[in-house]
Amino acid sequence: MIEYEIRPERKFSFGFAELRRHSELLYFFTWRDIKVKYKQAALGVLWAIFQPLLMMVIFSFAFRRFITINDTVPYPFFAFSGLILWSVFSSGITGSGNSMVQNANIIKKIYFPRLIIPFSAILVAVFDFLMTLPVLAAMMIYYGISPEWSNSWMLPVALLQTLLATLGPGCLLAALNVKYRDFRYIVPFLVQFLLFATPVIYPENQISQRWIQELLAVNPVSGAISLFRAFLTGVAPDPVLCTISAVSTVIFFFAGIYYFRKTESYFADLA
Amino acid sequence: MKPILEIKSVTKKFRLLHEQQPYLSLRDSLMKLFKRNGSTQEEFLALDNVSFNVMPGDSIGIIGKNGAGKSTLLKVLSQITPPSEGRIIVRGRIASLLEVGTGFHLELTGRENVYFNGSILGMKRAEITRKFDEIVDFSGTEKFLDTPLKHFSTGMQLRLAFSVAAFLDPEILVIDEVLAVGDAEFQKKCLGKMEDIGRTGRTILFVSHNMGSVAQLCPKSILLEKGRILSEGRTEQVIDKYIHESRLSGDTYSNAEPHPGQDIRIASVFLSDPEGNQKNYFTTKEPVILNFRLAIMHHEEEYSLFVTILNKFKNPVFTAETKITGEEYRLKIHDNFLTDGIYSIAAVVHIVPYKRSDAVNDICTFQVSDQDSAMMIYNNSNYFYGSVFGNYSWLD
Repeated sequence: MIEYEIRPERKFSFGFAELRRHSELLYFFTWRDIKVKYKQAALGVLWAIFQPLLMMVIFSFAFRRFITINDTVPYPFFAFSGLILWSVFSSGITGSGNSMVQNANIIKKIYFPRLIIPFSAILVAVFDFLMTLPVLAAMMIYYGISPEWSNSWMLPVALLQTLLATLGPGCLLAALNVKYRDFRYIVPFLVQFLLFATPVIYPENQISQRWIQELLAVNPVSGAISLFRAFLTGVAPDPVLCTISAVSTVIFFFAGIYYFRKTESYFADLA
Repeated sequence: MKPILEIKSVTKKFRLLHEQQPYLSLRDSLMKLFKRNGSTQEEFLALDNVSFNVMPGDSIGIIGKNGAGKSTLLKVLSQITPPSEGRIIVRGRIASLLEVGTGFHLELTGRENVYFNGSILGMKRAEITRKFDEIVDFSGTEKFLDTPLKHFSTGMQLRLAFSVAAFLDPEILVIDEVLAVGDAEFQKKCLGKMEDIGRTGRTILFVSHNMGSVAQLCPKSILLEKGRILSEGRTEQVIDKYIHESRLSGDTYSNAEPHPGQDIRIASVFLSDPEGNQKNYFTTKEPVILNFRLAIMHHEEEYSLFVTILNKFKNPVFTAETKITGEEYRLKIHDNFLTDGIYSIAAVVHIVPYKRSDAVNDICTFQVSDQDSAMMIYNNSNYFYGSVFGNYSWLD
């Protein structure tokens, strides 16, 4: 028999156990969001592919002259591989940032672990990422690039880091947005700004000063993208920058979820 | 046996922000840093030291006026909002239906919505699949299952929503006004379904404005007022208390003192059922009997009793008149005439054609509560559809 207590201040926990018990609901939220997102679009899921593809084309034209990359890696491939991981982060934090407010009517009526909502918004972005993988594979065949198998451990690390790097700030923004609607306006700006502060569309060695490189590595996705490319192309990642990014990811992850969990009980009153 | 719910001195405070928006803006928070004691905040006790126990299998009605704390209590119980003080021990799974159709998405099909909605309400996927046919059958929307919800009529959406909720399987079911959905026939079906749920030993907490459904569903009730428990016990007694508090029960009129020079006066007025039992609470299916006793000092002139029924806005609904020949008059307002609402009485005795002798205004407040009328679905809407059921028919 279940027995539990409802109290004003519950002891703090990250609530991952409860989240696991509700994993089906996480699935349903993600499933609903994906369905709704693509249901009315004639091209459906293809949009997930077009967006990074179009950005790749634009950046290829714009930056080809200025950016010199290791000759073995063509710029379009370089940009695309960064952009698809970047979109997990950018659309993940945009989606989760708005998610609590968008689902306010559910929050006010039914209890379930609130983390499910920003998490599922991020899983939608992960779904889009998976949809773009065939295009990535096609490009590798076209350019004759083969993955560096000795770096294959970096792939899961890169993916996990992207996920954690999105979850932390995503939950933080979701919680802040409930309290301060200002974040609705801050998030798009932030995402745009961070795109240029991340080695997505240029390699980090384009920046001459070391301290700026190190500062930009605080951006949690930057390390993930370096590792991802290291696996795909064999360009060795900078260990110092990757470590900074990994530490930053972990800090952001726990800080974001901590803040979310600290404030979530009052979402229903504020939303 | 241990209680399934122990509610111990639960208090819920809300801060009333003096700005209209419920959320804060960053600017306000920044301003507060600079402005000390600047913004005034009032505290409001939605629940004030509420304690009670619920035994397994109990069906408990929670009644009270708007703002009495009923919905807050349910929200605290369903963990949507935390209590400010006190604690609740829960021994079982709670499913709360604070609104049917929560999470319904217009772009998804009926089938998809059943799965998603069932899942948020706490059902496992396998469980939904198992009950799917029953749910659809109960809602009567089989034909449209694979159509997006936006093409459903409102009534169908609500029926589907209630049906999902009706097949939940928790130990404790918390329900807020969900019966206010669908047409009268579907409401009846819902009430029947809830009675079934109650009979299977499930614990139900039920909030409603409709005294009729509370009485039908819940043997025990709790009356809340201003966040406090005012009364607790058998539903009939609690409803009586509620009506009393609403100045309804025992709201009779009597006047023993004649004014000097008065020829005739209204000595007493009370309301009753056809058997003469005094009451102030009726359903739309019951007749309302008005009992007048007059005191006649001089019986020479031609007197008339002029009775007007007033609605909640104190506007006249209709007037009945009779010549006075005796001292006792009973006026029967037929059943299925007055609609759901609060009414009162104004009466005049006068000498024909019109010379007022005695008058009373706004006495004997009584309530008529809707029972299965065609208008029932609109009772909780803001639209005031009138005080009487029309006497009409649609011609071909």
